[in-house]
Amino acid sequence: MSVTRDDVLLWIRAYAEVIDSNMEYLTELDAKIGDADHGANMNRGFKAVLTKLPDNEDKDIGGIMMAVGMALLSKVGGAGGPLYSTIFIQAGKSIDGKMEFGLEDWAKALEAATIGVINLGKASLGDKTMVDALIPAVEALKEASQQGLSLREGLEKSAKAAEKGMIATIPLVARKGRASYLGERSAGHQDPGATSTFMLLDTAVKVWAEV
Amino acid sequence: MKKLINVPEEVVLEELQGIELAHPDLVKVHYDPDYILRADAPVKGKVGIVSGGGSGHEPMHGGFVGMGMLDAACPGAVFTSPTPDQMLEATKAVDGGAGVLHLVKNYTGDVMNFEMAADLARAEGIDVEAVVINDDVAVKDSLWTAGRRGVGLTVLMEKIVGAAAEEGRSLQELADLARKINGQGRSMGMALTSCVVPHAGKPTFDLPEDEMEIGIGIHGEPGRTRMKIKPADEVTEMLLTPVVEDLPFESGDEVLLFVNSMGGTPLVELYIVYRKAVELLEAKGIKVVRNLIGPYITSLEMAGASITLLKMDDDMVKLWDAPVKTAGLRWGV
Repeated sequence: MSVTRDDVLLWIRAYAEVIDSNMEYLTELDAKIGDADHGANMNRGFKAVLTKLPDNEDKDIGGIMMAVGMALLSKVGGAGGPLYSTIFIQAGKSIDGKMEFGLEDWAKALEAATIGVINLGKASLGDKTMVDALIPAVEALKEASQQGLSLREGLEKSAKAAEKGMIATIPLVARKGRASYLGERSAGHQDPGATSTFMLLDTAVKVWAEV
Repeated sequence: MKKLINVPEEVVLEELQGIELAHPDLVKVHYDPDYILRADAPVKGKVGIVSGGGSGHEPMHGGFVGMGMLDAACPGAVFTSPTPDQMLEATKAVDGGAGVLHLVKNYTGDVMNFEMAADLARAEGIDVEAVVINDDVAVKDSLWTAGRRGVGLTVLMEKIVGAAAEEGRSLQELADLARKINGQGRSMGMALTSCVVPHAGKPTFDLPEDEMEIGIGIHGEPGRTRMKIKPADEVTEMLLTPVVEDLPFESGDEVLLFVNSMGGTPLVELYIVYRKAVELLEAKGIKVVRNLIGPYITSLEMAGASITLLKMDDDMVKLWDAPVKTAGLRWGV
C-alpha cells in the first residue's frame, strides 16, 4: 500500500486541472479579501509545471516535487509563489530518493512542507491563511499513522481535516497577507489560500483512490 | 470589461514590448525572466538600485528606470509581485561592483520574493541591501497585520535615492538614506471608483455611484471607511489630517507634497486637491518646498487620489532637484 512515482505525477497533473477549472472561483474568493489574483497566479504556475514535468518524470519522487517547486517559484509571484513553492520543495526534500512512499513518509513530508510555509509566511493557526488547512491535515496524518490506519484512511482524514480548517477560516479576521488590511471586514469570507490548499490534498485522495 | 487590450494574459508582455520600442535611449528590456534595465547598465562603480512590483501602477516602476533613478525594475503580472528569478537576474545585470539596493514595497508577496532573491544574489557574491517602504497610514501597523503598505512614498524614495546613487554614495549610505526617507514620509489614498484587473474581468470591488472609499490601497484593497462622496476640500482634509498627525509633521517643517492620481482622476482635480492641501499645511506652519502632481503610482483605471508628505532637508532637496532622465520623470537634462 504505497503511493508510487506515477501516482505523484497523476496527482500533480490532476491538481493543475482542478486549478484550471477553479480559476474563477479562487479569484472571486481573493477579490473579496485580497487582490483578485490567486486563481490566475496558481493557474499560470501549474501551466508552467505541466510544461516542465516531462523533463523531470524520470527523477525520483523528491526530485519531481522539487522541480515542481522551482517551476512555481519562477512563475507564480505574489505570496502564493514562494509559499506553494516551499510546500513542494520541502515535501520533496523530505521524501528525496524515494520511488514510493507510505503514510508515515507522507505525514513527515507534509509536516516539513507546513513548517516551511510557517517559517516563510510567519503565519500561525487562526491567522486566516493556508496554514489553517495545512496544520489540521498534518495532525490528522500523524494521528492516522500512529493509530496504524491504512494510507487510504490517512489521506481521507487529512483531506477532511483540511476542509474543516478551510471552512473554519470563514469567520476569522485575517492577520497575515493582504486580507489583514481589511481587519474586521475580512470576517465572513473563506480564505483563498486555504481553499487551494484543501484542493491539493483533496485531489490526492481522489487520484490516489487505489492505493 | 472595457479595456484597450488584446488578451489579458499578454498585457504585461505587450506593454514591455511597447516600452522597449518607445524608449531605446533610456532602457533595455530583458524577457524571461522579465526586467527593464537602464540602457547603460551596469554603471561601473555605482550602486545599482532595483525595484519592482506588480504591473498596473505605471509609470511606477518601469517608467522610473534611467539616469538618476532606478537601474532596473522587475514587473510582475498585474497586481502580483514579481518572482525571485527576475529580481536575481536584474540584480546581477546592474551590479557595477558597488553592490545593489533593493527598494521593496511592504506587501507579503513582494517582501518574500525580494528576500529570496537577495539571499540568492548574496550567495553569488553580490552585496545586497534591502529597504522596505511602508508609508500608508490607512493601515494599522501592528504585529497582527502584514503592516503598513508601501504606496506613494515609493516614487519619492526612488527619485531621491537614485540621485544619491548617481553621486556615487555607498550601498550603506544609500540604505540609510532610504530608511530615513521611509521614517519621515507618510501617505493616504482614496477611491471614487474601482479598478478592473484584466484577468479578473470585473471590478475588484463594488462602490456605489454616490460613495467613496477612504484609505484605499493601490490594488483596490479596501481602506478605512466607506462614505457618501464629499467635496474635494473635505476629502483633502480627510486624507491630509491623518498623514500630518501620524508622523507628526509640525510647524516649521519643510515638506515635499505629492498629490497622485490613482489613474482615472484627471490633473484638473489633482490641482484642486493640491490647492486645499497647501492651504491646510500653511495653516499649520508647514512649508511646502517641493511638489509632485500627477499620475505616478496608479491603480489601473481607478478614479481617486493619494496624498504623500515627505519631510525634507537640504540634502534631500538637492537630490530631488538633481537631473533625472526616465520615461516617467525627467528634468535637469
